[in-house]
Amino acid sequence: MAFKKSAVPFSGTPEQEERLKAVIAEHKDDPGALMPILQKAQDIYGYLPIEVQTMIADAMEIPLEKVYGVVTFYAQFSINPKGQYKISVCLGTACYVKGSGDIFNKLQEKLGIGSGEITPDGKFSLDACRCIGACGLAPVLTVNEDVYGRLTVDDVDKILEKYN
Amino acid sequence: MVNIKINGVDYSVPEGSTILEAARTAGIKIPTLCYLKDINAIGACRICVVEVKGARSLVASCVYPVNEGMEVFTNTPKVIESRKTTLELILSNHKKECLSCVRSGSCELQELCNEYGVEENRFEGENPAVELDESAMHMTRDNSKCILCRRCVAACGVTQGIGVIGANERGFATQIASPFDMGLADTACVSCGQCIVACPTGALTEKDDTQKVLDAISDPDKFVVVQAAPAVRASLGEAFDLPVGTNVEGKMIAAMRRLGFDKVFDTNFSADLTIMEEAHEFLDRVQNGGTLPMITSCSPGWIRYCENYFPDFIPNLSTCKSPQQMFGAVVKTYYAQKLGKNPEDIVSVSVMPCTAKKYEVNRDDQSAAGVPDVDITITTRELSRLIKKAGIMFKDLPDEECDSPLGTGTGAAVIFGATGGVMEAALRTAAWKLTGEKADSPIEFKEVRGVEGIKEATYNVGGKEVKVAVASGLANAKALLKKIKAGEAEYHFIEIMACPGGCVNGGGQIILPASVKNFTDIRADRAKVLYDIDSANKMRCSHENPDVKAVYDEFFGEPNSHKAHEVLHTSYKAQKLYR
Amino acid sequence: MNVIKTLDELNAVKAKAAEVVNIRVDGKDSGVKDVLVCGGTGCTSSGSMNIIKKLEEEIERNGLKDKVNIIKTGCFGLCALGPIMIVYPEGTFYSKMEVDHIPEIVESHLKNGVPVKKYLYAETVEGDTIKSLNDTAFYAKQHRVALRNCGLISPEHIEEYIARDGYQALHKVLTSMSQDDVINCLLASGLRGRGGAGFPTGRKWQFAKASVNDQKYVCCNADEGDPGAFMDRSVLEGDPHSVIEAMAIAGYAIGANQGYIYVRAEYPIAVERLEIAIKQAEEAGMLGDDIFGTGFKFHLGLRLGAGAFVCGEETALMTSIEGNRGEPRCRPPFPAVKGLFGKPTILNNVETYANVCQIILKGPEWFAAMGTEKSKGTKVFALGGKIHNTGLVEVPMGTTLRTVIEEIGGGIPNGKKFKAAQTGGPSGGCIPPQHLDIPIDYDNLIAIGSMMGSGGLIVMDEDNCMVDIAKFFLEFTVDESCGKCTPCRIGTKRMYEILTKITEGKATMEDLDKLEKLCYYIKDNALCGLGQTAPNPVLSTLRYFRDEYIAHVQDKKCPAGVCKSLLAYKIDPEKCKGCSLCAKKCPVGAISGELRNPFTIDTNKCIKCGVCASNCKFGAISKS
Repeated sequence: MAFKKSAVPFSGTPEQEERLKAVIAEHKDDPGALMPILQKAQDIYGYLPIEVQTMIADAMEIPLEKVYGVVTFYAQFSINPKGQYKISVCLGTACYVKGSGDIFNKLQEKLGIGSGEITPDGKFSLDACRCIGACGLAPVLTVNEDVYGRLTVDDVDKILEKYN
Repeated sequence: MVNIKINGVDYSVPEGSTILEAARTAGIKIPTLCYLKDINAIGACRICVVEVKGARSLVASCVYPVNEGMEVFTNTPKVIESRKTTLELILSNHKKECLSCVRSGSCELQELCNEYGVEENRFEGENPAVELDESAMHMTRDNSKCILCRRCVAACGVTQGIGVIGANERGFATQIASPFDMGLADTACVSCGQCIVACPTGALTEKDDTQKVLDAISDPDKFVVVQAAPAVRASLGEAFDLPVGTNVEGKMIAAMRRLGFDKVFDTNFSADLTIMEEAHEFLDRVQNGGTLPMITSCSPGWIRYCENYFPDFIPNLSTCKSPQQMFGAVVKTYYAQKLGKNPEDIVSVSVMPCTAKKYEVNRDDQSAAGVPDVDITITTRELSRLIKKAGIMFKDLPDEECDSPLGTGTGAAVIFGATGGVMEAALRTAAWKLTGEKADSPIEFKEVRGVEGIKEATYNVGGKEVKVAVASGLANAKALLKKIKAGEAEYHFIEIMACPGGCVNGGGQIILPASVKNFTDIRADRAKVLYDIDSANKMRCSHENPDVKAVYDEFFGEPNSHKAHEVLHTSYKAQKLYR
Repeated sequence: MNVIKTLDELNAVKAKAAEVVNIRVDGKDSGVKDVLVCGGTGCTSSGSMNIIKKLEEEIERNGLKDKVNIIKTGCFGLCALGPIMIVYPEGTFYSKMEVDHIPEIVESHLKNGVPVKKYLYAETVEGDTIKSLNDTAFYAKQHRVALRNCGLISPEHIEEYIARDGYQALHKVLTSMSQDDVINCLLASGLRGRGGAGFPTGRKWQFAKASVNDQKYVCCNADEGDPGAFMDRSVLEGDPHSVIEAMAIAGYAIGANQGYIYVRAEYPIAVERLEIAIKQAEEAGMLGDDIFGTGFKFHLGLRLGAGAFVCGEETALMTSIEGNRGEPRCRPPFPAVKGLFGKPTILNNVETYANVCQIILKGPEWFAAMGTEKSKGTKVFALGGKIHNTGLVEVPMGTTLRTVIEEIGGGIPNGKKFKAAQTGGPSGGCIPPQHLDIPIDYDNLIAIGSMMGSGGLIVMDEDNCMVDIAKFFLEFTVDESCGKCTPCRIGTKRMYEILTKITEGKATMEDLDKLEKLCYYIKDNALCGLGQTAPNPVLSTLRYFRDEYIAHVQDKKCPAGVCKSLLAYKIDPEKCKGCSLCAKKCPVGAISGELRNPFTIDTNKCIKCGVCASNCKFGAISKS
């Protein structure tokens, strides 16, 4: 089997590890603590590589596979780092009927990456997301915290330029 | 009791039963795939669906409880058509190499497909690309045959409390694998093989070593000896349509002889030898302040578990090699000397109820003569395949006996195959020793028998109080060790077997379908074979074994002698693999 | 805020806060203006935070600090017109706000009292008069119960909620009603679950109360996952205390002292407001160990989803809170008997809870007077797709789809023809024009092959291909299937593959038959409600738009011109002037010809991107 370790070497700092330990200590005894711990761990590290998942599994005394099974079940957890600019295109119904699929395709083509992937320079990562609730602005995409609405395919270039 | 109707007929069934169980008491077998009693009641595969009057959709009978007045239909056109479609969908995502699959004939999916007359290729479509995991020494995972019933996940996580495999990803991409898709060899998998015997299809299989055996036998320069573990004789018959719980010791020996082994021996011999070493080791620890409790070391799955999960307990492990390895060590030293052969020219083969033995033969410190103690180890299943391939009509074979001098075993040895057996055998010899080697020392220690996961007993042995515990199944072992660690329990001597019920239910035994295992306790049925052999044996105690006496007289001197230590004992070290 | 222990203390807070809030409710001019800016997700996305910033600057600059309050609210509903701003007491409604408009509005309206008409929502301006928002088509037919406070109060101030009768219901329940009284009140109201299936809420509570256990749980499903549905988010963003109070009431009714709100992590604003609201409720003693001095104890925790649609299914939601893969469990046992952490649990969705306090205060008869025979009260819909007034609307049950779409929603843009309305998200179905006059309620929607779902209502026009829409939903289901049971894991995948074949013109009538059989099979055999309803988008489109399927299969044509594989672009030689622009724009060099002579398209090379047609100045290129 192919060991799916991240291609990017782990570069967690002792400070991050301290924060993670504090989070685990705070939540460890809560019922169903794994999800909140993973969410906070992803906030700390930006993603959940094997090193982080192992720390969590050991501290919670649960199998690593249990952690990994949960991580890979939920779309928001990532075992790969995300780009400096995280682009998410809403493919919810309202956006889809207004053409967000074409926008997504255009971005794939422009960036040369697929859904869930990151450009080799680490700058952009691209995801399709479900309804973000800005249906009034459909079709919508977000770049990190910025929201772009009422888009057409032609807007894609302009948006990308802003981050180049 | 509740009153229900099944297919229009009235029945009274125990409250709390599932529809599946209720139907079974009514003589109706509802097919299952994912359901494994006690450990995997998840209602996922949907093969066991039935119609319940008033229900919106079909219900999974394996998890649906009966209630008063319920009307169930197990056999309507809708039910049959649904099950057929479920099978066809599973097949659309299943590598259909049934002609050569090792599970052909014992595959639960194959049997159902045949019963329901499926159209093999009704649904075609994408199959996720999967890689074969051949990293482990004992087994192969082929997810292209996996039907995601998760029985293996339950065996690993629930029965064994390990959980190095599980469901990853979701939806159509779901795969049963280890974290990060690492090979099983990178994990703390203990090689017990409980996942393999849980698997309904050919997705999980032992590494097949039968060709190595055939090659050795056909090599004129090699002297090939074989040993068979006690538990093998309690299961092998199942491969030849004999009922569960049939003793096939004599036929097994006859079959191995006909396969062409130069000598057919019995692991019972070295089980007795193990008791001599282990009982003396125990007495030595008790008398000289050694680490207690002492824990048995016969089960390589347990050893690997201890090294990975409870390294603190390594000093508690008996240093005795397992009976398989003791046997191999004696063959390559004492027996080679006796034959006047170079140990390198002897091929030592074992037949084991166990897949962890494939890992054990490769462990460090298991080569007394500078060559591996055991060269090839095959499972009960592989032996059955060799017999079939050789055209040996097993049921028609005469009962034969093993060759001499390593072919004799006592009743104490044969019960090694059942949980509590090693404990009882050791107690027999320890009691004899502590009571001044009296002929009427106690023989039967029934409190440690039976299929319960954890058994405890306190015996007064020769004026000494001995507290013992027996655990089988690693989840039970874990619970026991945690109690000891927490200071909540104290023992002198503990037997731990990795597989629930002991070796009779080992990961290398003949695989029985869930439709059998869900309704009969095969652990008890197979164990009974061994206890019957024990009670019928004139020799009930290991110290009575003449072959064992001879090997001490001629070679080792006495139990725990320096030479015995060199040949019959081994060492352990903590492991740090992904848990 | 001090801990409130008695009704008098609650009323004192109410009286004080009402002075502020009443400007917005009854329009009394007290010389102070309240400027409400929508801080919901829709308007925040379109820049309402910048509006607030600019407002603050301008108000400061004009010295109006004491005369004008800026209040960031939840959603007003009319998301299509965002960012939205309302000025009270007069209630003038500014839409599509831009930062550049602010100085003029502050100067003219806030300082001198003259609204700037050109920036008002056009519908509210009629000659010289400015209509109240409530008289516009969008709001006139609405009836706000669940959304009563949304867009009216600041969700980040518990006092404003208290001013609107907040926590009165909790006090009433704790001091004058038995557990059974509460349950009977809900039963009598006829309130049904707003999350999808419409199970009577009172019955759910009754079952959970009947389960004997030392620990029980109250859960709120705020994992609103249907694409195109955002009413729960709006309630959480606009009126979080209404949910908190109702959960505490539920806790009292069933005998639980712990609640969990499971909310989508994709809703950061809702999460933040909930955190603030829970903290304020704790400080005010509305959550805690001794609420209103009655000894009743109730605590509330927030759990975030992590992007799995299936967690909207009740058993999956609970497995997720327990820290596992969000896979549904078989029922029975039902959550009321064995739910979260194996304990009796009730789970209701946000909108359901948002109705509870009103029912307690105004009585079940008041609630039961609204709606149809079996569906009482109101329902919030998220209008989206091909419709003018995209946004949130709340109407009495029984309102017709036509009213919602044509009157409230303002009809379909660009003069296009209505084709279908999709309700119920991936579990629902498409409703064709012939059913536009059916009164919307739970049972009617099911009868016509859709379902209420959580309330997403997506409008489609003649340019939408119904096979493509069905495929879109199936793709969603395949992506979001948990993978536990065979019918959903493999069955929906095979359905999706057949639909793809159809949209590519590669399918046969046999495939269509197979598709339909699979639909019924999955309905009967899947483990959970989501799996069982996954075929609905296909079944309902097959029911009403079978012709479109057949056109794809037999004629290899997509009547709506959506499915690319079935399109052919053609140049009309009569109209083509031979300018060569299309050939230059074609990304794959599929167009050739001689200048000033008609050009042609090589259909083998054409990728049907449509660039040629959109660039042709003579309308010579058409698709068929």
